[in-house]
Amino acid sequence: MKISYYPGCTLRTKAKDLDDSARLCAKALGVEMEEIENWQCCGAVYPMGTDEIATKLSAVRALDAAKHNGGKLLTLCSACHNVIKRTNEDMKADGDICFRANNYLKLDEPYKGETEVLHYLELLKNVVGFDNIKKAVVKPLNRKVGAYYGCLLLRPSGVMAFDNPENPTIIEDFIRAIGGTPVVYPFRNECCGAYVGLKNSELPKKKSEKILQSAKEKGAEEVITACPLCLYNLQTNGGNILPVKYFTELLAEALGVQA
Amino acid sequence: MQRIGVFICWCGSNIAATVDVVKVAETIKNEPGVVFSANYQYMCSENGQQLIKQAIKEHNLTGIVVGACSPRMHEATFRKAAEEAGLNPYMVEIANIREHCSWIHKDMEEATEKAVILVRTAIAKVKLNAPLTAGESPVVKRALVIGGGIAGIQAALDIADAGFEVDIVEKNATIGGRMAQLDKTFPTLDCSACILTPKMVDCAQHEKIDILSYSEVEEVKGFVGNFSVKIRRKARYVDETKCTGCKLCMEKCPSKKGLDDFNMNLNTRTAIHIPFAQAIPNVAVIDATQCLKMKTGKCGICQKFCEVGAIDFTQQDTFIERQYGAIVVATGFKPIALDNFNEFGYADNKDVITSLELERLMNAAGPTNGVLLRPSDNEHPKVITFIQCVGSRDTSGCGKPYCSKICCMYTAKHAMMIREKYPDTEVHVFYIDVRTPGKNYDEFHRRAVEQYGVDYIKGMVGKVYNENGKLMVQGSNLIDNEQITIASDLVVLATAIEPEPSVRKVATLLTASIDTNNFLTESHAKLRPVESPTAGVYLAGVCQGPKDIPETVSQASACAAKVICLLVKDKLKTNPCVAMPDEMMCNGCSQCANVCAYGAITYVDKEFRLGGGKTEIRRVASVNPAVCQGCGACTVTCPSGAMDLKGFSSKQIMSEVEAICKM
Amino acid sequence: MTREERIENLNRLSGTDVKKCMKCGKCSGRCPAFKDMDIKPHQFVSMLAQGKVEELLQCEAIWNCFSCMACVERCPRGVAPAAVVEAVRDTVVRMQGKNGIKAEEIPPIVDELIPQQLLVSAYRKYNK
Repeated sequence: MKISYYPGCTLRTKAKDLDDSARLCAKALGVEMEEIENWQCCGAVYPMGTDEIATKLSAVRALDAAKHNGGKLLTLCSACHNVIKRTNEDMKADGDICFRANNYLKLDEPYKGETEVLHYLELLKNVVGFDNIKKAVVKPLNRKVGAYYGCLLLRPSGVMAFDNPENPTIIEDFIRAIGGTPVVYPFRNECCGAYVGLKNSELPKKKSEKILQSAKEKGAEEVITACPLCLYNLQTNGGNILPVKYFTELLAEALGVQA
Repeated sequence: MQRIGVFICWCGSNIAATVDVVKVAETIKNEPGVVFSANYQYMCSENGQQLIKQAIKEHNLTGIVVGACSPRMHEATFRKAAEEAGLNPYMVEIANIREHCSWIHKDMEEATEKAVILVRTAIAKVKLNAPLTAGESPVVKRALVIGGGIAGIQAALDIADAGFEVDIVEKNATIGGRMAQLDKTFPTLDCSACILTPKMVDCAQHEKIDILSYSEVEEVKGFVGNFSVKIRRKARYVDETKCTGCKLCMEKCPSKKGLDDFNMNLNTRTAIHIPFAQAIPNVAVIDATQCLKMKTGKCGICQKFCEVGAIDFTQQDTFIERQYGAIVVATGFKPIALDNFNEFGYADNKDVITSLELERLMNAAGPTNGVLLRPSDNEHPKVITFIQCVGSRDTSGCGKPYCSKICCMYTAKHAMMIREKYPDTEVHVFYIDVRTPGKNYDEFHRRAVEQYGVDYIKGMVGKVYNENGKLMVQGSNLIDNEQITIASDLVVLATAIEPEPSVRKVATLLTASIDTNNFLTESHAKLRPVESPTAGVYLAGVCQGPKDIPETVSQASACAAKVICLLVKDKLKTNPCVAMPDEMMCNGCSQCANVCAYGAITYVDKEFRLGGGKTEIRRVASVNPAVCQGCGACTVTCPSGAMDLKGFSSKQIMSEVEAICKM
Repeated sequence: MTREERIENLNRLSGTDVKKCMKCGKCSGRCPAFKDMDIKPHQFVSMLAQGKVEELLQCEAIWNCFSCMACVERCPRGVAPAAVVEAVRDTVVRMQGKNGIKAEEIPPIVDELIPQQLLVSAYRKYNK
């Protein structure tokens, strides 16, 4: 099957590993990720101010493109997923934002939140199926892995509807499917604070160390994430307590499709 | 020619401040058929009623309209006044110019105009009213109490003491309810079992009380004074009449891994068991989902050892049908599930427990014999942190919007008891507000702080997590504007309570109304707090709203008083506003019988003359006026318009609509 | 802009109803950046409710909030403290010369590993 895909700015540059491994794995699992044309950066953070319209338009353009190309939009970077999913909810549920955004865009047909936004993990769970992934594994992980969800995938849960915001299981189930042992630790859904790094470099350091310590204490040998910013922060500011990887890298390893 | 009198009430300033009552009375004077129109400050007062009575006599009135408050308030008052003046009480109509007019409008001109319309509407109706006479129905002198917790027990004892038969239907194997699970009770700290079990025994020994344990109400028919109730007696696989409660079966039963729900699943129990030592009836019950004999056919050890031959694996559910004059609902509560509150770590940490679980851990008859040991490793917890308002006062959709009312007091109780028994234990309580209204209640809470040194922290916990074997409780301390983390050994969640879910079925069976939180609705929040709007149904305990034991007991006794008032009567006046079919129009389609919630409609074959000496036998609807509650469902269902409601005929309703539309 | 207009504007921008707050402090009990917030999450809500705009507009906390939504997620009353923080930050950065980040500050702190995402998000959040 084919699915419209939104890579986002970082996956084109610093997080090429994430993009490459995801595409390879998808192919191995029978899914072709079709990059939508002329996508623009989503802005990396969802603007909460109720008068913010222009800042949401690139997300709406991507959503509209996917609407005309299969009706689903696949995301991979946690930040892109958060921005695009929340913007989509605005287009669906907030008449004012929807009206004003469409006024700007002048699309052939107004966009009203029709596209289904799907994170790569949701694709694995709901479309491919963890059972099928299990069958496709050639090299089971056989190690203890801590899932790091962070904030963007889970919250606000009312809109993201990704998993239980306090007790998520999707990445743990994923780890199990590729033959690893998931390690549940209490800071897996705590924000790493990376995004204030340019203003206050101490804060992300404290948070990253706490997260990795928590994972280590519960027995994790490595930590995986879906967010390039989390990965950067945990790797650079986490005091080298544990190795941190993209979840797709482990998937590639288990499926034996490493480039 | 009708002679109508109109009486406009000021209701002090309730109506008169918004509605020009003098103008309404004056305008109405000119209505055709109106021969008298007056206004008065309080029409419901003795003087006001006198005014009505006098006018009826002096002006020879054939019908009256009172423009006043809701008919739910004073319709009965004015009907009685009319009757005393010699007018049929059903020739009285109320125009609700308070709730429907003055209370909801601000503009006097508009409100006055609307009041005039409402009064005109009532006049249009009263002109078509016909005198009606109430019938009578007998009262079955027996009461049903649904639920055998402290509310049901108290209500049953009081009713029985007045000399009436009472049946308690309890869905569990024993009566006692939640109170039986508690350790001590606030504010006096007497042992719950010590004050409850004598009452349970009283129930069992009372010659007027029949305890139907392990039973559920299946079907309810009839009406106030004459309910017919079908009760399912669930198979307990033990003959209640033979079992002596010797517990030999429990010693021998090899299936020991069932969760002990009486102990909040903190330990295990055998498949055949008696829930607790003082259970009433003191009779074993077999958990069929756990019993080896029932599951695999192999075992039956209990049967072998039972000296009185009480075990019967072939038992089936049985049904009994009984008649009652009144029904008390006392179905109780349960703590909410904590699935939406994973931030407190309940699912992941054995040592995060609910307050009801703590009750069992503190209870001498509980899984630890009353020694406070934490579930994970049976160690004495040295630092205990309580979190209040878990799921209460929550409008986010995760919890309950209401205050559960009992938690502040029981948390103070727990904190105090722990400090009393284990003075080396550190106790912290996170609270949003401490709500302790009630006699000796705030004093009780202050004692926990001042005498027992319990650390009350104004703030809420945001996260509980496990770190190096300690439960880290991270929360705010709003007084000091700090975020603090308390390394604790045990965390106790004051979990919100909700009505026992089975109340929904009970409410449906009784056609008793229920609110959005599944609490049963009382007839009037202030003046009829123990009566359901469904006549003959009364409410006791938490099924009606969160409340503690003293309040529950008060409400249960109030229920009993109401039930006794009903049962001492030999006959009840029935509502004459019942359905009546026009047999000539009825085509016997049965649709009315299908929608009748009271089973008041049956069908009869009747002979009709066709003229020319010919007759025809047709099937037509027949309403039992003693059973009909006048709800009107049949009248709107009837496809041929044959069914009408006395006092609310289609003609009357249409005349009201016309009066409104005319302006 | 008058003080009243500022208050109204902040309420509108935040899209949250601060009157629903029952002052439980769960937001501040949860906040991962609490110690670096000079005005705490619960205070954002209560200060806006009281109309203390000047203090809000001068605070440092708007640069330290992670926007991680932990406070929003767990508010038992459906209030969004993070949205109030964002409304205050938006108001500040939209003022003349109040951008949170200056372009010349960036090169010295950027290492070759910093993902674009961080630069984009910082500009989006801190600058107009």
